[in-house]
Amino acid sequence: MTTSISCALRVDDVHKSYGTHEVLKGVSLAAGKGEVISLIGSSGSGKSTFLRCINFLEVPDRGRFIINGEEVLMKAGSADRVRPANWRQVERIRIGLGMVFQSFNLWAHMTVLENVIEAPVHVLGMSRRQATEKAEALLHKVGLYEKRHVYPAFMSGGQQQRASIARALCVDPSVMLFDEPTSALDPELVGEVLKVIRDLAEEGRTMLLVTHEMKFARDVSSHVMFLHQGRVEEEGKPEQIFGAPISARCREFTSSSRH
Amino acid sequence: MDFSWVFNYWPLIAAGALQTILLLFISVTLGFVLAIGLALAQVSGPHWLRWCAKAYCTCLRGTPLLIQLWLLYYGVGSLLPMIPGLRSSFLWPIVREGFFFAAVSFTLNYAAYEAEVLRGALLAVPKGELEAGRAFGMTRWTLLRRIWLPRAIRIALPTITGEVVLQLKATPLAFTVTVMDLYAVAYKIRQDTLLVYEPLAVVTVFYICLTLMITRAFRIVEMQVPIRR
Repeated sequence: MTTSISCALRVDDVHKSYGTHEVLKGVSLAAGKGEVISLIGSSGSGKSTFLRCINFLEVPDRGRFIINGEEVLMKAGSADRVRPANWRQVERIRIGLGMVFQSFNLWAHMTVLENVIEAPVHVLGMSRRQATEKAEALLHKVGLYEKRHVYPAFMSGGQQQRASIARALCVDPSVMLFDEPTSALDPELVGEVLKVIRDLAEEGRTMLLVTHEMKFARDVSSHVMFLHQGRVEEEGKPEQIFGAPISARCREFTSSSRH
Repeated sequence: MDFSWVFNYWPLIAAGALQTILLLFISVTLGFVLAIGLALAQVSGPHWLRWCAKAYCTCLRGTPLLIQLWLLYYGVGSLLPMIPGLRSSFLWPIVREGFFFAAVSFTLNYAAYEAEVLRGALLAVPKGELEAGRAFGMTRWTLLRRIWLPRAIRIALPTITGEVVLQLKATPLAFTVTVMDLYAVAYKIRQDTLLVYEPLAVVTVFYICLTLMITRAFRIVEMQVPIRR
């Protein structure tokens, strides 16, 4: 795993509990530029929570976060927890982390194009014209240019997810975060979304991908992490994780989900 | 049926309609702004503010509008002249009029009802859409201005239309504090001409037209974002 200075993202020892239930028991990750890291594991293993801790949609109890060379400043909170010292910094860092959600979460009161230019215009302060040009190019790329004036409610799940990928790309994120991007889709729509993600991987974008699509994870990842009960049970090259896993649990999981 | 008086009275009817429309417009717009504050206080304010907003809404929704109007007009109205300098200030011609008290009490009352509608709508905005806003680095203010409020208002729009129509029908109460609104005009015509039904029939038509205009206007706003049913 890359731990050199060219790290796009480095996260150390993340802990998170809900009440007495400890969801993350110290998870670390380092992603070099251009790396595609897949997080796999059964439901409840903490992989989605971990991803959401990286952009502080869930506030972790403990952990160290260095995103694009900038460390998130933390201060002591209640009990032995820490909290972000400065939410302004968190807001700024989030801009560099393009998030794609399982349930798309497109803004329903805006057309696709409006969704895509929203953050560039109202967060980055880009001009409307410039943002629109960029958004239209991205919508071309994900095959939704013709649908740009349509409201999300009138599109299929696959189209909505491709739109939300375009929305995430439009802020030029240094790392893309995918939280089970195909889990809410009908089987026949999964392919079109995976194709877009695959194209991004081949472009050399740094990506973290929480997924249940094992074959896809094997194909696109440079590194795979298998999470089990809030810990990294095993990690390594996809050939190792899927071909010759060391841990018994990982072997069980990857063999049971092989299609 | 005798409508020959209409010709003589139409300037008065028009003036009355204008007063009614003004009262409605002022109370709905100012009340709406106030309602946004009250709703936000209830949904995301600190504990004490939440409690204050809730108490305000309960009190104003729980008492008759007529009593609120009279408390303001006869109560606060009689205290105002005691404020030093107010009588000689440029505000006096406004605050001595019944219209001022009607506008204030309608605004305060409308805000209480609208706040409850907005509170529900704010809570009904899907959490995921707010999360998406946060994930893109929006500040609380940007999130509120760009996503949370616009989304909530659209959810509440059909209910808001109803509330505005109800508010229109509350405006005749202003008659009791000397405002020459539509209803007051009908009353005056009855006194002058001794006709009971005809003036009421004419102002009824006015109210129906106003209601149609309100519902039509809100329908157009609603249509801006198509909804799939």
